[in-house]
Amino acid sequence: MASVAANHEEHPVGLKRWLFTTNHKDIGTMYLLFSLLMFFVAGSFAMLIRAELFSPGMQIMKPYFFNQLITMHGLVMIFGAIMPGFVGFANWLIPMMIGAPDMALPRLNNWSFWILPFAFTLMLSSFFMPGGAPGTGWTMYAPLSVQAPIGMDCVIFAIHMLGISSVLGAINIIVTILNMRAPGMTLMKMPMFVWTWLITAFLLVAVMPVLAGTVTMVLMDRHFGTHFFEAAGGGDPVLYQHLFWFFGHPEVYIMILPAFGIISQIIPTFSRKPLFGYESMVFATASIAFLSFIVWGHHMFTVGMPAPAEMFFMYSTMLIAVPTGVKIFNWVATMWRGSLSFETPMLFAIGFLVMFTIGGLSGLMLAVVPADFQYHNTYFVVAHFHYVLFAGAAMAMMGGCYYWLPKWTGHMYNETLGKWHFWLTTIFFNLTFFPMHFLGLAGMPRRIPDYALQFTDLNRVVSISAFGLGLSQLLWVYVVYQTVKGGKKATDRVWEGAEGLEWTLSSPPPYHSFATAPTVK
Amino acid sequence: MSATHDHYYLPSPSPWPLTASAGLFTLALGTVLTINDLGAGPWVLLAGGVIIAFMMTRWFGQVVGESEGAAYNAQVDMSFRMGMAWFIFSEVMFFAAFFGALFFERHYSVPWIAADHILWPGFHAAWPTSGPKGAAFTPMSPWGIPAINTLILLTSGATVTWAHWGLLKSNRAQLIVGLVLTILLGCSFLALQAHEYYMAYTHFGLTLKAGVYGATFFMLTGFHGLHVTIGTIMLIVMLVRSIKGHFRPDHHFAFEAVSWYWHFVDVVWLALFIFVYWL
Amino acid sequence: MSLSFKNNKPSGPLILAVTRFATAAALLLSAGSASADIRWNFQTPVTPMAHQIYHLQDLMFGVCVAIFVIVFGVMFYSIFAHRKSKGHKPATFHQSTTIEVIWTVIPFLILVAVAVPATATLLKMENTSDSAMTVRITGYQWKWQYDYPAQGISFFSDLSTPVAQIENQEPKNKHYLLQVDHPLVLPVGEKIRFQITAADVIHSWWVPSFGVKTDAIPGFINQTWTEIQVPGTYRGQCTELCGMGHAFMPIVVKAVSQKEFQKWVTAQKARMSAAHSAATPAM
Ligand code: HEA
Ligand code: HEA
Ligand code: CUA
Ligand SMILES: [Cu+2]
Repeated sequence: MASVAANHEEHPVGLKRWLFTTNHKDIGTMYLLFSLLMFFVAGSFAMLIRAELFSPGMQIMKPYFFNQLITMHGLVMIFGAIMPGFVGFANWLIPMMIGAPDMALPRLNNWSFWILPFAFTLMLSSFFMPGGAPGTGWTMYAPLSVQAPIGMDCVIFAIHMLGISSVLGAINIIVTILNMRAPGMTLMKMPMFVWTWLITAFLLVAVMPVLAGTVTMVLMDRHFGTHFFEAAGGGDPVLYQHLFWFFGHPEVYIMILPAFGIISQIIPTFSRKPLFGYESMVFATASIAFLSFIVWGHHMFTVGMPAPAEMFFMYSTMLIAVPTGVKIFNWVATMWRGSLSFETPMLFAIGFLVMFTIGGLSGLMLAVVPADFQYHNTYFVVAHFHYVLFAGAAMAMMGGCYYWLPKWTGHMYNETLGKWHFWLTTIFFNLTFFPMHFLGLAGMPRRIPDYALQFTDLNRVVSISAFGLGLSQLLWVYVVYQTVKGGKKATDRVWEGAEGLEWTLSSPPPYHSFATAPTVK
Repeated sequence: MSATHDHYYLPSPSPWPLTASAGLFTLALGTVLTINDLGAGPWVLLAGGVIIAFMMTRWFGQVVGESEGAAYNAQVDMSFRMGMAWFIFSEVMFFAAFFGALFFERHYSVPWIAADHILWPGFHAAWPTSGPKGAAFTPMSPWGIPAINTLILLTSGATVTWAHWGLLKSNRAQLIVGLVLTILLGCSFLALQAHEYYMAYTHFGLTLKAGVYGATFFMLTGFHGLHVTIGTIMLIVMLVRSIKGHFRPDHHFAFEAVSWYWHFVDVVWLALFIFVYWL
Repeated sequence: MSLSFKNNKPSGPLILAVTRFATAAALLLSAGSASADIRWNFQTPVTPMAHQIYHLQDLMFGVCVAIFVIVFGVMFYSIFAHRKSKGHKPATFHQSTTIEVIWTVIPFLILVAVAVPATATLLKMENTSDSAMTVRITGYQWKWQYDYPAQGISFFSDLSTPVAQIENQEPKNKHYLLQVDHPLVLPVGEKIRFQITAADVIHSWWVPSFGVKTDAIPGFINQTWTEIQVPGTYRGQCTELCGMGHAFMPIVVKAVSQKEFQKWVTAQKARMSAAHSAATPAM
């Protein structure tokens, strides 16, 4: 006990508490709030995108500014909203779930967070650079990115900083899980959320450095006369795509595995029944992670790869449906003959199940090479990835937020408003993104600021629903604010069916989760 | 003291992470401005460097203090070791990106370009190459400086291990001599590498601009050289600490971390020697 | 192309725009919409490949719907039947190797079943051999160039929609953004090989009703092919982000009978030798 107390008599208050903190809960809170902020920033970009696409003809901006918006919308959503959001959950929950006093490397933990605000300042400052932000799309394909204005350099260095942040954060999580578990907490006893994060962190350490190297090559081609991506010097623009997607595909699982973890915590609780097939869940997660390293080519079917390569990537991509299916089935089997109740977190979990599967199935259609020649770079793809990213990653976080908020704040949230948030989000989400499938099939390319007349009607539906979807998120912010400020006192267990160490702590939990490690039998 | 040993050490709030982030930002912004020669670029860059250097001395200084003050128990030590191991893995993946580029361009893009008689008539696949439009250059022969550098690094790997043995059987002299030798070898490696670059640019026409060979050659050897530099600096710190009498046979994570890093740099060089210079 | 509005400064007071939407939204709600029918599937296929792809997509769609219905049929049944509010007591099982094996194997078999036709179609697509003629396509920021090496014809194909329409100063015509000054003219009923490349950044040449989409990559040539069955005018767009004009480099193909094609070729040759390029009327 002594030392822990000794090092923590000083509880800095006010600004210093947040700036200098080494506490996993404070850092987790900062991650979550930052991710919410970035969600709104990138969301506002999306609102502008939808405004421009409300009718044919250029409406409120120039085409190049539109390209800047989609680039920043993609980059900020992925690196600013989704990834930090899940790291926030990891910070708050992993020490509590494995019975540790804190993260293994608390100072490093603080650094991983504080890099983010600076990195995004740099990234967003590109809007104000001569020539504006890069208009390359979040994929930053060479040679377009080699040609792009100064803003590209800001984004490149911002990505370097984000890389450092993610890698250090991931290392911290791995070390915490491998080295800080309470006695008796064997690997196969860990909650699913901890397992999914262990595997996610591995993916992060493996691919973020590759992205860093790749954008460095772009930087060299831009400023130092190298020919990595230029045929005249023996290079190849397609090399960029191979490198980017070697990072990019694992990246998309980095954004969904923690979501799987959250759902695997919520569903058993509200089914009052243990998670079905725990071992196979762990195994499925691992195989998804493994497969994610060998499917990257499915983003490049139209670049003119040799047929054998196309087939390899088609088969390996399809294969991912099997372990993912196992997960879906296990969740359904967990609900089967349970004793179900439908509080807000459960609603989000069920919404996740249904809508992620829609996204997954459309992903499977994309994996079929000849068909992908038609889908590729159309709104069909945009529909696919918003189903997996918004309804998958983002809505899992919303569910997790309602699920653990009472534990974090000590207050119950307003159930009625929570349910309203769920239904508004779900309805507007589907009205926004389902029609995009048809736009894509009918031949509307993505990344265009203006479109032919036959796409008008659906785009109007999409835009109006998108505004609704955006506004509904303000309700979420209000509920969270309300809960933080006050409300009905939450019990330690919070949910009748909740299992796991975090529920044995008080709500809100003590400053040091487990000053003395509990024993798990 | 004894009490601290059965509890995991949780550091108190620290200003250094925030300083580090600000330093990174300044450094990055400075670089952006400099390479686009805008405004006070170099000065911002310099400021960033200074902030980082200052932060590092203070942050690491604090950690060294805690370590020597026996604040860390075995579990903390294990956290550090795991952390370092995974960090090195991330470095491996960073180099993997550039090796990947090397393999792809050598085995795919160059042959594809050569096979294309419409756009690139008269270009024949060969390696090394600077591509159909690249300037002519002479590639580096592996059996000159590179071979010597290979020997140097391998020897330095041995000397650092020898130093470690010294530390383990608490033979300070051996520890210090071993470190000094390793540092000297590291410096001579860098000197030779610098000379090689000088020759490349002045006599062989081998520059960053020399097509894919020049690009991959300088990016791979360059980043490796950077890592050798960092490694040497860390070795010097270890030397100073050893002279100050830091480290115990059962408690010297920092030293081991540095030697792991040094071995990693060593292995990367072997890969470089084989795939960049030799084959 | 020299579209005056293509500079990268954001434009227009937002408020003005907002009001514009308000009105447009009102319009929509009063069911007064700009264009008529909505398409729910691929554009009408006019080549053998496009037909196969169309069927592949229908197959995939069917499979996915079936899976979806089964999986969530089960889930919603349990949501309906196993709810606490109905006093349903939770079972305690959490494992069953047999069932897990079953739902690993069945999806796998389904995948094999769809992989077979997919692979067949893919191999057909990749086979560019024994084609009757070759057209070379080059993407530029932001227009297409078409070369007929054998016929010695070469011309650029540029968007012909007036800027005034794009900037909403004129009513938009039927083929808004999908019209060019010189369409690509091709004969029906024979295998045409495309050699596609780009001059600056990556573009992508796509004509939906042909089932052809291939990236145009600077410094490399990608080959693909088509065989048009029905004469007519077919429209597509660049499908790789290529800068600010990406939305404004459409593709228009005029598929004509052999006879007309020969006529067109001679006419072009005459025009080219007369060394002045009079624009054929925009379509
Ligand atoms: C969270 C993010 C996420 C996730 C989880 C996925 C999951 C999948 N994605 Fe997606 N994808 C993206 C994010 C994601 N994707 C993004 C951002 C892009 C666009 C990038 C860009 O260009 O900007 C993209 C693009 C993309 C493409 C390229 C499209 C193109 O540009 O032409 C492809 C092609 O194969 C693809 C496939 C898949 C597949 C097969 C899965 C699979 O993992 C899905 C597996 C799940 C299921 C199949 C459903 C559940 C399973 C069952 C119910 C069992 C029964 C099922 C069967 C037997 C079929 N994705
Ligand atoms: C997790 C990731 C994520 C999330 C959550 C979203 C959320 C949304 N995205 Fe997403 N999107 C991407 C990731 C994501 N997107 C990526 C990677 C791309 C590809 C980029 C590229 O092509 O390179 C993309 C591209 C993309 C496009 C295609 C652009 C193009 O190709 O031309 C569109 C078009 O509609 C779009 C719309 C939306 C909308 C309406 C939302 C909505 O769900 C957002 C809703 C949330 C808010 C709106 C919060 C903000 C709310 C307020 C600010 C309150 C005020 C509200 C009003 C004023 C109404 N996105
Ligand atoms: Cu050309 Cu997009
Ligand atoms: Cu992918």
